[in-house]
Amino acid sequence: MMLSAQDIALGERLAGVTATIRPGEVTAICGPNGAGKSTLLSCLAGLLAPESGEVTLGSATLSSLPAAHRARAIGYLPQSPEVAWDVSVEALVSLGRLPWKGAPASEAQDAIDSAIAALDLDDFRHRPVSRLSGGEKARALMARVLATRPQWLLADEPLANLDLAHAAALVARFREQAAQGRGVVLVLHDLASAMNHADRVLVLDRGTLAADGRPQEALSEEIIARVWGVNARWLGRAGEMALSIS
Amino acid sequence: MIRPISLLLIGLATALPLSLLAGRVWIDPVAPETQAATVILMELRLPRAFLAIIVGAGLGSAGAAMQGYLRNPLADPGLFGIAPGAALGAVLSMWTGYAVAAYVLPLFALIGAGGAMALLALIAGRTGGIALFTLAGLMIASLSGALMSLAISLAPTPFAMSEIVTWLMGALVDRSWRDVWIAAPLTLIGLGFLYAAGRSLDALTLGEAAARSLGVDPRRLQWLLIAGVGLTVGAGVAVAGIIGFVGLIVPHLVRPLTDRRPSSLIVPSALAGALLLLVADVACRILPLAGGELRLGIALSLIGAPFFLHLLLKMRKGLA
Repeated sequence: MMLSAQDIALGERLAGVTATIRPGEVTAICGPNGAGKSTLLSCLAGLLAPESGEVTLGSATLSSLPAAHRARAIGYLPQSPEVAWDVSVEALVSLGRLPWKGAPASEAQDAIDSAIAALDLDDFRHRPVSRLSGGEKARALMARVLATRPQWLLADEPLANLDLAHAAALVARFREQAAQGRGVVLVLHDLASAMNHADRVLVLDRGTLAADGRPQEALSEEIIARVWGVNARWLGRAGEMALSIS
Repeated sequence: MIRPISLLLIGLATALPLSLLAGRVWIDPVAPETQAATVILMELRLPRAFLAIIVGAGLGSAGAAMQGYLRNPLADPGLFGIAPGAALGAVLSMWTGYAVAAYVLPLFALIGAGGAMALLALIAGRTGGIALFTLAGLMIASLSGALMSLAISLAPTPFAMSEIVTWLMGALVDRSWRDVWIAAPLTLIGLGFLYAAGRSLDALTLGEAAARSLGVDPRRLQWLLIAGVGLTVGAGVAVAGIIGFVGLIVPHLVRPLTDRRPSSLIVPSALAGALLLLVADVACRILPLAGGELRLGIALSLIGAPFFLHLLLKMRKGLA
């Protein structure tokens, strides 16, 4: 099953974008500020309805799916994740089970336990979120999405506000999810993260798709110069590349 | 979550019989003066205690739901403008003189609450956005306040003016079973709506976008809130006048006893609101005060305002 956007347009933010997201891959959405990255992700998550074109999940239009059905299939991590109340990590992760109203309690507990285990949060299970570090909180929020057991995992700038080590650890978790067959879509500001960790990159420029392909092709020095307007050079070897900007 | 509920139920079960004995005339449970005691208990104190429980439960749960909806611990049911709308209805019944007939004042108050709910739904109901909804509520509260002041300033007689001003202070004096039968069913239905909103309020803990991604329909949630807060607060104002701060204080007292999810707070807040109002009403009855009883609305404002200040200072400390 694929998650596809077909010629979607929305105001001045998106002007006809076509892209198909495949399961088992980490797809990065990159682009300068205001290029429409978050808007595209919100459309793919079914949170924004495009004015023209459509987003489909398999053979169904996303907007025609019941909200609970969509919520069970697509997990979404917003850009600035907030937690309004000082709940425990376990209570936070259990919010991911909300779309599964009526499912057996044992199944819910199993999903919560495996999400907590997958992100090494067992020691923090009963800790209030206010007492977590930035990296621990980011993991707890991702565990919340995993507890839904969605087929698709969409995250808007999940690495923002994380230090290098925590960002690398979180990227590894996303890779694990893709290896398990989930489709992972990440909006990434840091082009080196996209180059080193994504299987595929969509480059947006002023609401249109400027490139779509393997990271080495979509984030070539030529495309970076055209879209971002900077002269940059990739240094290092595959998987550990860094961007040098002159 | 079971523990706070059982604790609060035990508290209520203890406070209710004690509240029936206390007042200007103390009733000796061992050797009551049978005839007078029966009348006082059955016609005055029992309906009054039930009303305190009903109104307190409505205000407490509405406060918990509002704080969950606005994701703000300083939110209060008054923000939606439903209490001022109901109060405006009641003021108009007194202003026109219709209030002398039984049922008219609560009926007008309920119409006022219904009008505020309809206006809210009309202004904000289409988008489901929380900010617009809150601003619409503030506008309704401000408009109702202005119209009430107009009614008071143009009161036809000094008696009507004093009646309006006294009523606005909120109290449970001289209420009867009739008021219980008006408030109880409406509050119960309202509580049902608020309880039904619980899961969606939990999802809102993560913000509006994440809540929608979890399948929450913002418009449905808004309707549940309008109906739930409208019925509980509207019914409360219709029988007791304006009693502030209960919806603000109670969720704070209860939150540390729960897992802090908004849905875990609704039932305990209803019970704690009931207990708070029951105890506060007894305190008003037995406080020696020259010239009559302390009004319940004033008593709760006297407790609530410093509590609000304490919360603000605590939050400021947290931000620093």
